[in-house]
Amino acid sequence: MSQATATAEHMPAESQARPPAGIVGPWAWLRTNLFGSWWSTAVTLVLGYIIIRVVFSLFEWGVVHAIWSVPYGPTGTPDTAVCQNAIGIGACWAVLTDKYRLILFGRYPYDEQWRPAIVVLLFIGLFTVSGVRRFWRKELALIWAVTLTAVGVLMWGGVFGLPLVAEDSWGGLPITLILATFGLAFAFPLAVLVALGRRSTRLPAVKLLCVLYVEIIRGVPLISVLFMASVMFPLFMPAGVNIDKLLRAQIAFILFAGAYLAEVVRGGLQALPQGQGEAADALGLSYWKKTWLIILPQALRLVIPPLVNTFIGFFKDTSLVLIIGLFDLLTMGKVALSDPPWQSFSTEVYIGLAAVYIAFCFAMSKYSRGLERDLNRSRAR
Amino acid sequence: MHVAPILRAIGIKNRETCRTMSEATADPRLVAARAAPKRRMRLSWSDPVFRSVVWQIVIVGVVIAIGWYFVRNTTANLAARHIATGFGFIDRVAGIPIGESLLPYDPAVSTYGRALLIGVLNTLQVAVIGVVLATILGTLIGIGRLSKNWLLSRLAAFYVETLRDIPLLLQLLFWYTMLQGLPPPRQAWHLGNVAFLTNRGMRLPELDWQPAHTWALLAFIVGLAGTLIWNRRAGKRQEATGVRPTVWPVAVALLIALPVIVWAVLGAPFQVELPVLRGFNFQGGGTLSPEYFALMLGLVIYTASYIAEIVRSGIQAIPQGQWEAAGALGLNAGQVLRQVVLPQAMRVIIPPMTSQYLNLTKNSSLAVAIGFQDIVSIANTALNQTGQAIEGIAIIMAVYLTISLSISTFMNWYNAHIALVER
Repeated sequence: MSQATATAEHMPAESQARPPAGIVGPWAWLRTNLFGSWWSTAVTLVLGYIIIRVVFSLFEWGVVHAIWSVPYGPTGTPDTAVCQNAIGIGACWAVLTDKYRLILFGRYPYDEQWRPAIVVLLFIGLFTVSGVRRFWRKELALIWAVTLTAVGVLMWGGVFGLPLVAEDSWGGLPITLILATFGLAFAFPLAVLVALGRRSTRLPAVKLLCVLYVEIIRGVPLISVLFMASVMFPLFMPAGVNIDKLLRAQIAFILFAGAYLAEVVRGGLQALPQGQGEAADALGLSYWKKTWLIILPQALRLVIPPLVNTFIGFFKDTSLVLIIGLFDLLTMGKVALSDPPWQSFSTEVYIGLAAVYIAFCFAMSKYSRGLERDLNRSRAR
Repeated sequence: MHVAPILRAIGIKNRETCRTMSEATADPRLVAARAAPKRRMRLSWSDPVFRSVVWQIVIVGVVIAIGWYFVRNTTANLAARHIATGFGFIDRVAGIPIGESLLPYDPAVSTYGRALLIGVLNTLQVAVIGVVLATILGTLIGIGRLSKNWLLSRLAAFYVETLRDIPLLLQLLFWYTMLQGLPPPRQAWHLGNVAFLTNRGMRLPELDWQPAHTWALLAFIVGLAGTLIWNRRAGKRQEATGVRPTVWPVAVALLIALPVIVWAVLGAPFQVELPVLRGFNFQGGGTLSPEYFALMLGLVIYTASYIAEIVRSGIQAIPQGQWEAAGALGLNAGQVLRQVVLPQAMRVIIPPMTSQYLNLTKNSSLAVAIGFQDIVSIANTALNQTGQAIEGIAIIMAVYLTISLSISTFMNWYNAHIALVER
């Protein structure tokens, strides 16, 4: 240390102020990160060329030559001749500006579409609140219950002077969010019970049931569970009882999510040191008191990051209801594309849909990674 | 109730007391008194054994009751709709047109059983090829993300972050419409007038398959086995003597020369059938349908983004010291990766990789959305034609359960095979 100061004193003032140019500064950064070796230089040049070409042509297609609106004919049908001529040259974002209400909210009555819009905001608010660690207590369940009730009231209506809207005309983003969020909310208690059942030593028959449920559901694709819901559930019900299609899909989602979440919760239960349960036993707590007061509050905290990741998966998986004919976001995109004037602009619509999915998933995965880092930091202390 | 300790105290031993006695040389009567009394169930709520039995009877009873309720409703509903249950429809003529099949199939005479079998084979084919391709692409991207080159690592990160966040179904639909937007056969994109890419799929030259080729392939498999055995022997020799016998001449002889000789001896048949444009479509050559192509593209690109993350975290789990130590021994970067880092990273990588392989297999069921005829698609058609909903869904589930269990059994075996043996 003192030696370094000594040598520094003999140096000219200018080099004292700045570290040597070879270590820092933009040129040094370029040299280490882009042109570190012959191999690295070659990769940089080739990739750089490709990226610049691709970005440039995408910019030309998506912005420079893009068409944002088209004239409408006397009957209200869009005249897409401009777009047809520009196929391959410029994007036709007019399809999104024309159809975004249909894609986002489906066939919900046009004048009432503020209701699904509020529902979407409610969901985003719910996710945000659940993400704040200060709210991780038992009262969070209450917030979820209240919000989900509010969602139901807003979507159905029929009270507070809101006109009744049947499930048949729901669609778009609210359906995607409802399937994923209600699926999580109802699957979670089920998953906790199944995870506890799977770890129980005293109840071998219950354990067997839980193992069978989890392994069978996890071994088959979601689409087969959805088929089961759409084709087999009606057969299960007594004649005359008809369950709505959306509800059937929702039940399928809950059953499916339950199995995956049960494994996540089981991971948390396993990660908890054995001593916690033993200490609770030593205090004379009953099984349910021990589970409710000691085990679950700690185990569930451990599994929040994988829980968020599983939720991201469900959020994407809701798109599968397209196959059984429910009108979620993706299906509404296809419906919008079935309109004759817009038929050849699927790329634009798919990019728009992808942007919505990416926005939700990216925010959640970013949050989950940050959370994981934070939790690990406190544990590594 | 409290008979057991008394019996033990007067010298009638059960198995457990024998064991305790052999372990400790204390007074047997004291040991017997200290051991937990053998419980017998009391008919009281305060007895845990009794409670567990009651709980199990109640829970299993409720499950059975619900199941019975569903079964009763279902039989009533099926009777009302005059649908016969059972798998009798398997032997009936299917009449489902199938575009791609690995087995000979004729919709006019082939049965539902055969159609379903073709569906299973299509699913398996997509799964196997998809797993191989996704592993290759994913590994490349995962390693690329760790590259010292900033541009390459950022590009790999962008790939992973974007493609993971778009639902697979959306990606499949996107690729499918992209492929349908390709030019028609008359204006096909081509590669040296040999391979063609059109809106009806990809046309490739196909080798006219002769028995000689089958024999050459068998010779190659034999050669592969021989090479592996030789390699293992070389390893043993190296351990015993410190000198590793050269492997590559033997490998070349067995893997290349042997099949070529077999092929040449059998007359060296080599006839390639080129696709030729006739009328509105190509004739001859092999075809990859747009459905298959889109499904493969979507599955591989989507799954690769997950595999890349697994590979990256697996490699990062290996301490830096391993790289440095291997470098100090004079190994170059490729050798370090191949011989030091990857064998260790494999242990971290295998379990999550297994679930990705399972996911890819299960996700191949989305083929139904773009019209590739896998088991879900064919069973769904059969289900709609015959009304045998329960049987159709049972077949789908049984097929996937079998595949899933097989993959996880194999991967568990492989994982145990490469696991660190500690003492």
